[in-house]
Amino acid sequence: MNWDPLWLSYKVATIATILSFVIGVGIATLLSQTRFRGRELVDALVTVPMVMPPTVLGYYVLTAVGKNSWLGQTYESLTGGHIAFSVVGCVIAAFVGSVPLVIKSARSALERVDPTVVQAARTLGASPTRAYLTVQLPLAAPGIAAGVMLAFARALGDFGVTVMVAGSIPGQTQTAALYVYEQVAKQAPAGAMVAVLTATAILVLYTVNSLGRRSDIQYG
Amino acid sequence: MSELGKAAHLDIALNVVRSGHGQDFELNVEFVASTGITILFGPSGSGKSTILQAVAGLYKPSKGHIRLGDELWSEGGTGRFVPPEKRGVAYLFQSLALFPHMSALHNVCYGMSRKMPKPQREEKARALLKRVGVDHLAKRKPQTFSGGEAQRVALARALATNPKVLLLDEPFSALDRELRVQLAKLVVELVHELKIPALQVTHNHGEAAAMGSRILKMRNGKIIEDGSPEEILGGRKGFQDIGKTPMPELLPRTLKQ
Repeated sequence: MNWDPLWLSYKVATIATILSFVIGVGIATLLSQTRFRGRELVDALVTVPMVMPPTVLGYYVLTAVGKNSWLGQTYESLTGGHIAFSVVGCVIAAFVGSVPLVIKSARSALERVDPTVVQAARTLGASPTRAYLTVQLPLAAPGIAAGVMLAFARALGDFGVTVMVAGSIPGQTQTAALYVYEQVAKQAPAGAMVAVLTATAILVLYTVNSLGRRSDIQYG
Repeated sequence: MSELGKAAHLDIALNVVRSGHGQDFELNVEFVASTGITILFGPSGSGKSTILQAVAGLYKPSKGHIRLGDELWSEGGTGRFVPPEKRGVAYLFQSLALFPHMSALHNVCYGMSRKMPKPQREEKARALLKRVGVDHLAKRKPQTFSGGEAQRVALARALATNPKVLLLDEPFSALDRELRVQLAKLVVELVHELKIPALQVTHNHGEAAAMGSRILKMRNGKIIEDGSPEEILGGRKGFQDIGKTPMPELLPRTLKQ
């Protein structure tokens, strides 16, 4: 069994999850703390990747970052490389599929925090930003962490978006999920890789559940 | 803040319509609260909590004004509005709203000026916890506190900011009778020490009579009676007869002040 695709998957998923965490919590903050027209429309737009066929999502991403796109050309002039059909493409593919999970869970965790606790912080002299950073965000942390874990699992398992945006180039952009597909197509063994991916997913879900329980015990 | 400013009068005039519970609700009140506890007394839905929220700056009234001494906190006409963090109001919420992720000590430190060095803040917080009788809880988090303990920590936290006004929203509703009496005593003592105006919302007859230096009886968004506890609640006898939560040991001190 060639384990390189697995390491690539872990690497790609880790970077994509970090991006999803930072950008996802940022968007969730905007959606939960501010009121503006079209807020729910923005929420729908950033969530729709969760329910779109991955190939359709991949098509959009490829259009946005492909060789002839504005982003693709800017990237090329800066680095000399390409986004599409590279590891960067893998990361972006994993990111767009996983960031909605962070946005959804972070927004709901932030909105579930008892508003009087945040108000208490304000009457005690905290600016809106300080009340958010020292009270609301820490109290939402278990829910956000659960979303981040799910985002990691989603990023690790992505197939459709990755195959559209990054292809399945062995040794370059072939992640574990794509490798399993190729092995089966070649009638080569894939069981060990399947087992490791399954074990990772179970471990992640188990962690998510215990995070949920912990936050209930602590603050529920 | 001058000594004069500290004992300033709280001047409130509100004329607002709030929607909630499926119907619009009109609040129309005007009064000046001076040092001591002014009780907002009346059934739920009479607008008592809206007044507290407006004073704290958690709600922006569209009409009327709120003034403390010479500080104008809120004015409908000009749209002037001082945010809650700049008012110096201590708010004791009905739910207490302690920070569940912080120890009692850190809860109390939260509102103190960050210009003060940390050891000094913690020392002051410990002194306050001791003052309200729960210094042994300093390192513990709120989920382990009993109702009365949580109440005391919340009180210490509220006082740590050197407030100019104290707001109490049914502060003892979750406590049994003995604790109510103890804490009521403590609050009355502290308010008199601080010499600040305090507004307390309650619909508990005994609490109102025992703690208030003045009672504003409210109904449907209006003040329908304004006077001393004797005048409004029929004096000590009256309330002892109703006797839901008598606090006899408090009466001489609070009523004859």
